[in-house]
Amino acid sequence: MTLLGSATILKSAAFGLAISAGLLLGQTGAEAAAKTAITVGMAIEPAGLDPTVAAPVAIGQVTWQNIFEGLTTIDRDGKIKPQLAESWQISPDGLTYTFKLRQGVKFHNGVAFDSAVAKFSIDRARGADSVNPQKRYFASIDTVETPDAATLVLKLKQPAGSLLYWLGWPSSTIVEPKSAADNKTTPIGTGPFKFVSWSKGSKVDLARNPDYWNKAVSLKLDTAAFRFISDPQAQAAALKAGDVDAFPEFGAPELIKSFEGDKRLTTVIGNTELKVVAGMNNTRKPFSDKKVRQALMMAVDRATVVEGAWSGFGTPIGSHYTPNDRGYKDLTGVYPYDVAKAKALLAEAGFPNGFTFTIKAPQMAYAQRTSQVLQAMFAEIGVTMNIETTEFPAKWVADVLKAADYDMTIVAHAEPMDIDIYSRDPYYFNYKNPAFNDVLKKVEMTSDAAGQEKLYGEAQTILANDVPALFLFVMPKLGVWDGKVKGLWENEPIPSNVLTDVHWVE
Amino acid sequence: MKKLLRRPVFLVGLVITLVLFAVALLSLVWTPFPPTKMNIVHKLKAPLDFGLLGTDQFGRDVASMLMVGAWNSLSTSILAVLLGASVGTAIGVVVAMRRGWLELVVMRGCDIIFAVPPILSAMMLGAFIGSGRFTAIIAIGVFMVPVFARLSLGAALQIWTRDYVTAAVSMGRPKAKITLVHVLPNISNQIIVQVTIQLGLAILTEAGLSFLGLGMPPPTPTWGRMLADAQTFLGQAPWLALMPGLAIALAVLGLNMLGDGLRDLLDPRDNS
Repeated sequence: MTLLGSATILKSAAFGLAISAGLLLGQTGAEAAAKTAITVGMAIEPAGLDPTVAAPVAIGQVTWQNIFEGLTTIDRDGKIKPQLAESWQISPDGLTYTFKLRQGVKFHNGVAFDSAVAKFSIDRARGADSVNPQKRYFASIDTVETPDAATLVLKLKQPAGSLLYWLGWPSSTIVEPKSAADNKTTPIGTGPFKFVSWSKGSKVDLARNPDYWNKAVSLKLDTAAFRFISDPQAQAAALKAGDVDAFPEFGAPELIKSFEGDKRLTTVIGNTELKVVAGMNNTRKPFSDKKVRQALMMAVDRATVVEGAWSGFGTPIGSHYTPNDRGYKDLTGVYPYDVAKAKALLAEAGFPNGFTFTIKAPQMAYAQRTSQVLQAMFAEIGVTMNIETTEFPAKWVADVLKAADYDMTIVAHAEPMDIDIYSRDPYYFNYKNPAFNDVLKKVEMTSDAAGQEKLYGEAQTILANDVPALFLFVMPKLGVWDGKVKGLWENEPIPSNVLTDVHWVE
Repeated sequence: MKKLLRRPVFLVGLVITLVLFAVALLSLVWTPFPPTKMNIVHKLKAPLDFGLLGTDQFGRDVASMLMVGAWNSLSTSILAVLLGASVGTAIGVVVAMRRGWLELVVMRGCDIIFAVPPILSAMMLGAFIGSGRFTAIIAIGVFMVPVFARLSLGAALQIWTRDYVTAAVSMGRPKAKITLVHVLPNISNQIIVQVTIQLGLAILTEAGLSFLGLGMPPPTPTWGRMLADAQTFLGQAPWLALMPGLAIALAVLGLNMLGDGLRDLLDPRDNS
């Protein structure tokens, strides 16, 4: 541990030197002007830089909207906006989507964007040998047609009410046919920033794309770098030393207070899509009994969980849905904290003296701490929970996600609007409710937003009553950055670090 | 008694060790607060502000956790050292009796075990049988075996060259009986000294295993995990790291001083 620590310090010191040398050089030219470079810190370094072939959100957090763009996009309020598709028309039966594509867009390697490129990207994502992490979202597409260079027509097998939203995701971004295979190491997109270099283990460098198609935005940054620092103490040190200008997802809530005295740095607490839920094996006894699950839910004081696990930052939730998501309903009151009622319900289910089970908890701080708080709360109703630390991702994915060999587990689900995971079969909850599946099917058959929101409300309510998992809280987005940096997203309707509007003020 | 007073190292070591054992035993019947009871309203309180040594991030009483941690740490370490000492000494005296190729094989085996740090063997063991007290005891105990095997072999070989042993051999006494009657009693002092010193090392290793999450699972308080949990709270609640750190340091220091003192006290050369 000590060795690891000092190596990190040495590294930070080396970087500090390198960066200050860079600053000196930069400042000799333009002293008064606002800075045009930014270093953004991230906790996790992605293994590759192509969001269309692997799931980790860190990939999109470097590349999405910076290097890669989609037909549609999702803005900072979570709304769907046109991007490489200028506009679209949906046939009344919801089965034909006709996109009018933007003209004059060029990839960073000079290749022009047209309907053939768009078709290639979509076919690559939905093809038989595609490894796209959200491949199922393309399953409704029957054929992709290109009547002319500026028109793309998607014919669907069945209506897909969320298609435009899914097309905005990092995994749906448009890639150029010739360079697509190399995007993992040298990503080439249409975005406002070009990939420059990737020093494995430390940072990714980007530079402004001078030929960016969207003249409506005025890019203020010349260069941008993403630096990877996993240890929260080192993250705090890098921020205080000015080695990084911003940490949009700072790792340790308990360290947030240490920035209070620092006038240079501002702290911005926003929302994420990270839903911390303690999933239960719904086909394994005693969790197969709905009453047991409801009793456990009532044994949990969510506010105290947030206080104990995440220093009071975070929003309690009553279903698998966040306040960011459209159609959100606050359902924390369905099974509120009530020890007496929890005990009674447990006795009714045949466990007047409680029972013993094991939670497979990943090693991340939020999971370990939440598990320990839950352990104490369950003890109050006579239930003994053993904590088994399960290494994430490898062992957790094998034991829990793939084999569903567990009693209870806990993990933060990162994908936005992923309430449909409870209708998947197989999925690790082993939750099967035809009524719930019907509601989600109806969502896809519905194309108007209000109708969809109503249906999402129904889906949330079913989950809040059935409690297939203990719905605990939404993780906050703990943003810490230099007060002079403007334009970063405060909330995170989709995991990202969009730099388009970022600039320095004097 | 006079001889004892002339050895402050031994006395200080003895006092620290006795206090440690007393606290550990006391924790079995009494702690100021229930050590696993969370009280999040009172989280991260400074020492004397709530309880004697303050509270952790869940509002648990640090003093109570340290007391129970002392028992967990000591009991694990003692069992591990006893395991290593009994197996190691048995191997040592048997090898001293037989010599030949057996000596070569056993000593090279010891070298191999020495080469693998206990943390690593605990991780491998944990992967097979899961982490917990049993894993910790086995991992630390196995690491202790070569220490005692080497020590007892060297000491026993010396005894075998003594005149009274040669006499016993020439009288036709069986080797096993000589080992039990002459060899073991005469090397016991050195074994006892080594047990004390290894106990300190075992406590340190146990804390290391708990720090890495390979010791006893929560909610059982252990010094190592308290230290690990305190890391990110270092800025706002330094006592959370300081208290278990001091406890580990004091325990190891006390046992080492006691071991050194015992060695001087029991040294046969000093007696003559």
